[in-house]
Amino acid sequence: MGKRSLIGLAAMALCVGAQAQKTTADGIAEYRKMLEDGNPAELFEAKGEELWKQKRGPKNASLEQCDLGQGPGVVKGAFVTLPRYFADTQRVQDLESRLVSCMATLQGFDAAEIAKTPFGRGEMANVTALATWVASMSRGMRFNLPQGHPAERQSYEVGKRAFFFRAGSHDFACATCHAEDGKRIRLQELPNLTKNPGDGIGFAAWPAYRVSNGQMWGMQLRLNDCFRQQRFPYPGFGSEVTIDLATFMGVNAKGSESIAPSIKR
Amino acid sequence: MSSIRFIIGGSAALALLVGCATGPSPEELDARAKQAIQSSFRDQGIAKIDRLNQDPALAACSSDKAPDDAVADRVMADALNTVKWPAGGQFVGDWRRGEAIAQSGRGMTWTDASADPKDNGGNCYNCHQIDEKEISYGTIGPSLWNYGKNRGITDVAAPATAPIVHYTWVKLWNPRAYAPCSNMPRFGHKGLLNEQQLRDLMALLLDPKSPVNQ
Repeated sequence: MGKRSLIGLAAMALCVGAQAQKTTADGIAEYRKMLEDGNPAELFEAKGEELWKQKRGPKNASLEQCDLGQGPGVVKGAFVTLPRYFADTQRVQDLESRLVSCMATLQGFDAAEIAKTPFGRGEMANVTALATWVASMSRGMRFNLPQGHPAERQSYEVGKRAFFFRAGSHDFACATCHAEDGKRIRLQELPNLTKNPGDGIGFAAWPAYRVSNGQMWGMQLRLNDCFRQQRFPYPGFGSEVTIDLATFMGVNAKGSESIAPSIKR
Repeated sequence: MSSIRFIIGGSAALALLVGCATGPSPEELDARAKQAIQSSFRDQGIAKIDRLNQDPALAACSSDKAPDDAVADRVMADALNTVKWPAGGQFVGDWRRGEAIAQSGRGMTWTDASADPKDNGGNCYNCHQIDEKEISYGTIGPSLWNYGKNRGITDVAAPATAPIVHYTWVKLWNPRAYAPCSNMPRFGHKGLLNEQQLRDLMALLLDPKSPVNQ
């Protein structure tokens, strides 16, 4: 399936070149629809599943006892309840930062070292593949983040404030682009993330495979590139703002269906 | 005496109870959010952490609620005071260069090498329709198609057009002068575009020969 998807994708890319010249927004919508037929994210899902089961790291252990919030080793349904509070780390964690915690405690990797690794490289690429697979195990399920613990409620409130925080050279906040319905940048439609934007939209679509650059992006990289375009300084991997923004978006998306891993422009 | 003590004790207990029921106060959460923002970012290239510092205009517009009238009025008055008028009273440049600046979304990210305005674009089409021949435009800002024509401009140098020319310069320099929480960057005030680039954008919007006004 993987190889056939890639060949199909290459053929589609050729079609798109011709199509973009003769049509407008309809053509682009059609192109996006065609892309859904074959998603290279499947390759990352397969890699993630293998990494989960493989004995690795200084402790030569697998991640099969990792607790993603549903109990050790329970993967199905975990994605649609993250970020959440974890008693062992005493922090609210998103999927990616939680995976790094498991890689540290179970496998003996250096969490700080992984957090410093650029996206797409080394163990960071493995975190993305793992997140892609974990997300795929909740495909079709509906978001339902817990808000029972005071730290989870604080995470939402801090995330909301970070969402509206205007700064940087251009005075942008997340809210500049993502607080109204039906807006676009160029032709790119922008989800309103202050409320539930609908099934498979916004928070419910990441991790996603990016066709434009051939990369697999988790929510951490999605937010990182938002901040780059927002002309902010660089957000740390798993930093409080990135996790609290995910809590804000995830709680707002309550009841929407996860289509992750999806495919994007 | 004892009844006063009872009231004081009662209100303290009530405050404690409310505190327990609702968690941290909005002010405590504001402070917590400020700490979280400060500790979550680091310098990268030209994008330094001093970009997180807010001036009063940013602080007034960083929640889901609009500032009250007094604050809004002060933000607008302060913004108007920041405006520098162009040298020699030359407001209008070349619309062709203006179109190129409007098209470019480059500049000021941590992957850009230089913060010199000459390396920056205006990002205009990201948010506005401008020349209607460009179909790839954003909708965060209003359409600027026929901007000058709709305002009856046939000669940018005519005295009668001065108010709209001045208004447009202020809008590009510091849009907070007219809308305290405008989403638009403060291109002149924040040094994102230089005077000549602003003149060229003025021409794109105002020059009767600009494709925008056909």
